Amino acid sequence: MSVESLFPRLEPLLPKVQKPIQYVGGELNSTVKDWDDASVHWALMYPDAYEVGLPNQGVAILYEILNELPGTLAERTYAVWPDLEALMREHGVPQFTVDAHRPVRAFDVLGVSFSTELGYTNLLTALDLAGIPFTAADRGEDDPIVLAGGHAAFNPEPVAEFLDAAVLGDGEQIAIAISEVIREWKGEGSPGGRDELLMRLASTGGVYVPKFYDVEYHPDGRIKRVAPNRSGVPWRVQKHTVMDLDEWPYPKKPLVPLAETVHERFSVEIFRGCTRGCRFCQAGMITRPVRERSITTIGDMVEAGVKESGFNEVGLLSLSSADHSEIAAVAKGLADRYEGTNTSLSLPSTRVDAFNIDLANEFSRNGRRSGLTFAPEGGSERMRKVINKMVTEEDLIRTVTTAYGQGWRQVKLYFMCGLPTEMDEDVLGIADLAKKVIKAGREITGSRDIRCTVSIGGFVPKPHTPFQWAAQCDHETVDRRLRQLRDSLRTDKQYGKSIGFRYHDGQPSIVEGLLSRGDRRVGAVIRAVWEDGGRFDGWSEHFSYKRWMDCAERALAGEPVDVDWYTTREREEVEVLPWDHLDAGLDREWLWQDWQDATTETEVEDCRWTPCYDCGVCPTMGTEIQIGPTGRKLLPLTIV
Amino acid sequence: MVQRLRVRYAKRGRLRFTSHRDISRAIERAVRRAGIPVGFSAGFSPHPKISYAGAAPTGVASEAEYLEIGVVSACEPDRLRADLDSSLPPGLDVIDVVEARTGSLADRLECSVWEVRLPGAEPDEAKKAVEIFLAAERVDVERLTKKGLRRFDSREAVITLTADEGTASLEPSQPCAILRMVVRHVTPAVRPDDVLTGLRLVADFAPPSPPAVTRLAQGPLDARTGGTADPLDLDRDIRGGEPGPAVQHVGDHK
Repeated sequence: MSVESLFPRLEPLLPKVQKPIQYVGGELNSTVKDWDDASVHWALMYPDAYEVGLPNQGVAILYEILNELPGTLAERTYAVWPDLEALMREHGVPQFTVDAHRPVRAFDVLGVSFSTELGYTNLLTALDLAGIPFTAADRGEDDPIVLAGGHAAFNPEPVAEFLDAAVLGDGEQIAIAISEVIREWKGEGSPGGRDELLMRLASTGGVYVPKFYDVEYHPDGRIKRVAPNRSGVPWRVQKHTVMDLDEWPYPKKPLVPLAETVHERFSVEIFRGCTRGCRFCQAGMITRPVRERSITTIGDMVEAGVKESGFNEVGLLSLSSADHSEIAAVAKGLADRYEGTNTSLSLPSTRVDAFNIDLANEFSRNGRRSGLTFAPEGGSERMRKVINKMVTEEDLIRTVTTAYGQGWRQVKLYFMCGLPTEMDEDVLGIADLAKKVIKAGREITGSRDIRCTVSIGGFVPKPHTPFQWAAQCDHETVDRRLRQLRDSLRTDKQYGKSIGFRYHDGQPSIVEGLLSRGDRRVGAVIRAVWEDGGRFDGWSEHFSYKRWMDCAERALAGEPVDVDWYTTREREEVEVLPWDHLDAGLDREWLWQDWQDATTETEVEDCRWTPCYDCGVCPTMGTEIQIGPTGRKLLPLTIV
Repeated sequence: MVQRLRVRYAKRGRLRFTSHRDISRAIERAVRRAGIPVGFSAGFSPHPKISYAGAAPTGVASEAEYLEIGVVSACEPDRLRADLDSSLPPGLDVIDVVEARTGSLADRLECSVWEVRLPGAEPDEAKKAVEIFLAAERVDVERLTKKGLRRFDSREAVITLTADEGTASLEPSQPCAILRMVVRHVTPAVRPDDVLTGLRLVADFAPPSPPAVTRLAQGPLDARTGGTADPLDLDRDIRGGEPGPAVQHVGDHK
């Protein structure tokens, strides 16, 4: 059965929408395969606008890997903006892929990558436009398997009813394995229908099929237990870990969009995982252990990627890029290679203690000297001990002073507000720190022409972290502290004018908190919000706190729980958490101990450089730390 | 900068939905991929020496867009044409490259030849509307610009305007009118959609589906034909070379 392109029906709608190029496809290095030559068809979705979704590494990697498989085809689809959504409804055009403009419902799998929970309503829009029933139980043989991945999939319970399956962790190998299971099952004539396919996937132990598990509740609303409702599915579903990043050098051929996107660069992951142990950081906890990509593979990937794409910026990505064991050699090697070519290098953000000025100089050698960004996260020494961000005030002032002394004019500092145990003075400490930074900067440069921007994010407790038991700070308190901080900065005659202040109000964090630590009962809230018109919740111009609260009140009316119960309530050690049956490898007792250590301001070292602290990941998952140095160097490129 | 090259390129098919900014990013990347020795501006954020003249609006196809590239080592124009063309996505197609030997190219782009296909519109109605439009002294229209709603005359800039019968590409059975117009470049710009607005205002002519607009040519006004001359010919004449290709091919290259 061949599948027609929807483009002739979409094309007349495009002159009427904003930025039509985002729906056209045809990106350099994109792939359109013949439908009938493939037996397994994947539609990969990033549930946000194209401009955010296209640069996403997860989707780009899976797109390339799946398309390299013979007999497998992968195309991409993104959330359409409300202007096009309305026109598609008016003209009966279903959700389409941008590659060959095929209807999403025709695919075997709709794989959705959730970097954040705020994409949930956009999934519902896509399902609705595609003509796929919201509830997994209502889907038939012609509907795709709706499969979630990405960091938010480590607690997929709030969207469990909308998903057929979810996978945790690195997607490379499991995507291939799933494709293989589907190919075999289809080859046998799809025996047993949809349920047998899901059963085959679930029985591997690495694919979570929510409907094969039942959740029981206590009368007070807490979960009593989560258990498989049939034999052959595991009690706990494990995450996936790719063990040799050099064997998986993707993306090889970066997608180069015509439309403008949020990251206009070629990005290479230089390592995965982080064991710095920041207690608020879900990414650091769920991606353990650290696995470095070797300097030579990084060099090869950058060389090929820049040549294939024509990008003039290279991003070296990871959770803390300056921690790569050979970052200095990588930076110098790449800066040497691209000397005189206006190719700039960038690091997403830098730890204060890992930063050194030689590194910064290498990074800015062939391109623009943009601002430097550091993330002390906590405003006071006490707060930083609670979150295990082991950076002292002296470290920060010294580092920033050096940067100003070397000619940087602008330094950005990231902090969080609403952290566990936080008091007003911890947040006001951010102002003191910023003033000290400017004071030191003016002294070393002898100039008033330096700036510092303080950027604040609201803290949201996340599953699989030591703070998974913590009470989330209410938004009134967060807003009050942020106002105090703003006033403290603005009224300062001496330094106030040199300090920029960026923050968001606390309300969206409460919704994020509800979705992060929610259970299956939260699904009704998401559905109600979508039905009420909720879309693009990650965008402040579309987000409505009131809508979420009103819908939550209605949807949870018959339940003994409410938004506060999910967000600002502290959990006890014995409470069954909605994600306890999903295994990120972290030992629950270790996490609880780390939570206790947080409250007593006890720090924990990084296991890369000190003995193991028994977080449990390596023995549970059969993994190990993989770090250099390799001692190898990047050779100069031959100039043609 | 040892040399400046003038490039004529087309924006065809789906790529007509690119904005001017999309195109400049695509060109810069293609220049890098092709290894063209483009010059860079000095300063903190160096920019490649590529300048664009009179870009067609988003959604409008074009057979005649122009840009100029400054290079730091001499390039053979035909080689650059082939290299740049193969590095650009299909639909952004390089048609002609000459070495710049004369003054400003932008000054030479005095007017444009536009073709507007109107699927579903009756050619006879279009012809009548055109007659009324051309007979008018001035036809004021409004358009929302970045500076807000502006009101301006859409008539005076129109040098010629004709309506003909064509074939609708999607549904050949339905009627299709084709407008062809030569419009002088003025400020504020009078675009084909402004002329369509004018036709609606003076003659109540409203096509049922979105127009497909293509710029066929732009250049100096040729007083003899009432059309445009090739703006790159002057550079060629000084060099004493062959005249440029007379490209009038309009296709939906996908």
